[in-house]
Amino acid sequence: MQKILVCLKRVVDYNVRIRVKPDGSGVVTDGVKMSINPFDEIALEEALRIRERGDAEEVIVLSIGNSDWQQQLRTGLAMGADRAILVETPEPVQPLAAARVIRAIVEREQPELVILGKQAIDDDCNQTGQMLAALWDRPQATFASKVELQDGKARVTREVDAGLELIEVELPAVITTDLRLNEPRYVKLPDIMKAKKKPLERLPVAELGVDVEPACRESNFEAPAARSRGIMVSDVNELVAALRDRGLLD
Amino acid sequence: MSKILIIAEHDGRELNLSTAKVASCALELSAASTDIVVFGNACADVAEAAAGIEGISRVLLAERAENAAPLAAILAPQIARLADDYDYVLAPSTTFGKDVLPRAAALAGCGQISDIMAVLGARQFKRPIYAGNAIVTVEVPEGCKVFGTVRVASYKAAPGAATQAPIEAIELDVELPAHTRFIELQSGSGDRPDLQTARRVVSGGRGVGSAENFRIIFSLADKLGAAVGASRAAVDAGFVPNDMQVGQTGKIIAPELYIAFGISGAIQHLTGIKDAGTIVAVNKDPEAPIFEVADIGLVGDLFEVIPELDKALGG
Ligand SMILES: Cc1cc2nc3c(=O)[nH]c(=O)nc-3n(C[C@H](O)[C@H](O)[C@H](O)COP(=O)(O)OP(=O)(O)OC[C@H]3O[C@@H](n4cnc5c(N)ncnc54)[C@H](O)[C@@H]3O)c2cc1C
Repeated sequence: MQKILVCLKRVVDYNVRIRVKPDGSGVVTDGVKMSINPFDEIALEEALRIRERGDAEEVIVLSIGNSDWQQQLRTGLAMGADRAILVETPEPVQPLAAARVIRAIVEREQPELVILGKQAIDDDCNQTGQMLAALWDRPQATFASKVELQDGKARVTREVDAGLELIEVELPAVITTDLRLNEPRYVKLPDIMKAKKKPLERLPVAELGVDVEPACRESNFEAPAARSRGIMVSDVNELVAALRDRGLLD
Repeated sequence: MSKILIIAEHDGRELNLSTAKVASCALELSAASTDIVVFGNACADVAEAAAGIEGISRVLLAERAENAAPLAAILAPQIARLADDYDYVLAPSTTFGKDVLPRAAALAGCGQISDIMAVLGARQFKRPIYAGNAIVTVEVPEGCKVFGTVRVASYKAAPGAATQAPIEAIELDVELPAHTRFIELQSGSGDRPDLQTARRVVSGGRGVGSAENFRIIFSLADKLGAAVGASRAAVDAGFVPNDMQVGQTGKIIAPELYIAFGISGAIQHLTGIKDAGTIVAVNKDPEAPIFEVADIGLVGDLFEVIPELDKALGG
């Protein structure tokens, strides 16, 4: 195939302990480490492996956000993507809006495969890939843990609640990644230098003429009800007694 | 007054318990009517089960050969068509619901709310973000339909109804794509108690060490009539199949009793057990973060604790 499009979201790094702002207007992101959403990194790794096997010519990374997001796109280029597109919006967009923007870029680039993370670890929505597939009227293979390409089709193993589901989809298609699909490579210093010379196109969202209004209003961010530390027991007999006390053993 | 449509989850034979949990969430919306649609092929028993849930007005049974496997590309256009007649379309936040509902919502030109954990008003909900480390209130503007997946660990199953709701067979005149084909489902954990509905769960992490060692976790679970869960590390290492993973990217569960052996307690794991009744942690490291949330903690080597526990429980 010619092209694979991979979508990258900039999120608070998964190791950061999340704190809600005291006024409930959001979570603290100032001075916090930002990274590529881990699922999207896996999406990019998969695309690169497909290209390296000779099954694709070009890997394009796409982000939708403000100019800070160039950082994550540069990381994507350093991992090995060929070029990057930043659709500029002042605020991060919600899934339906993201799907509309990606759909517009798909129209322009005509990739045979779009790979995205199954969810972003900030909003945990798990929607964008499915919505893109709907708007594009193409197949979706979500929560992928194995992808095999052959004769214009993808055979995808999906991690579902009941086990592993195998489906076959015709290309072009949308694939969303689960964690066990692959282990992303580390970026090496020379690659970071090389990535600086790779093309990164900045496109104001207005030029795409798509509706990016949020589908729902968000307010009142709160910390979850905390579970408190319980008791420590010193041996199995005490453990069994504590369980019996609570009526948890028949 | 508003109308709710619930998408039933089932495996062709049995209705998944998540459907009754979504029905419980629907009850909080005080709608004029709540219908359940069952997509499938030869699955009248599933429709019967759905018709027996409290608060259900009608069950729509959409049988056709293409609906035999729960493929999002096949079901979504049918859901989007049905949605014309409803104000709310709800599905469980399981891999089934997460796969199909966003596709249906986008076809209907709507956004979607993921993981509804509480209903605040007709269009206002609470949902978890950042692996459950923050809760946000979301509001769907007037004039839009509400598409939402319901976080099943937040709701108890709606009880059985005194009288069965009527079942209506429907035929939807929707053209279905041929670009997606179901091949097979490999079930990992066989006929053990279901992780998502079990009252008790015994879980193992990297500390268990191997697939072989997991046998002691399974035998303890059998003794307790418990389902078996695992951390991502244990699944990644190949000790157990993927469908046993508990956490942000695995299953979110709410058993009465959760016993974790050799699990450190990473936030991504803890998010899956926040709603458990009692959490018991056994870990040889007294500093393991899981002790911060455990109701009962025991510092010890799981290979010594489990045999002793086995004995203490008799047999
Ligand atoms: C995006 C993302 C999503 C993730 N989603 C999930 C998810 O859904 N679920 C999940 O679980 N993780 C998830 N993780 C991974 C998570 O961050 C942790 O890496 C994982 O939970 C660790 O598993 P563990 O506790 O088994 O292993 P470890 O952290 O290695 O802990 C092993 C524990 O076993 C103890 N131990 C060792 N030997 C013994 C013994 N003999 N007796 C008693 N105790 C012993 C050790 O003291 C240690 O505390 C996710 C990570 C990311 C980045």
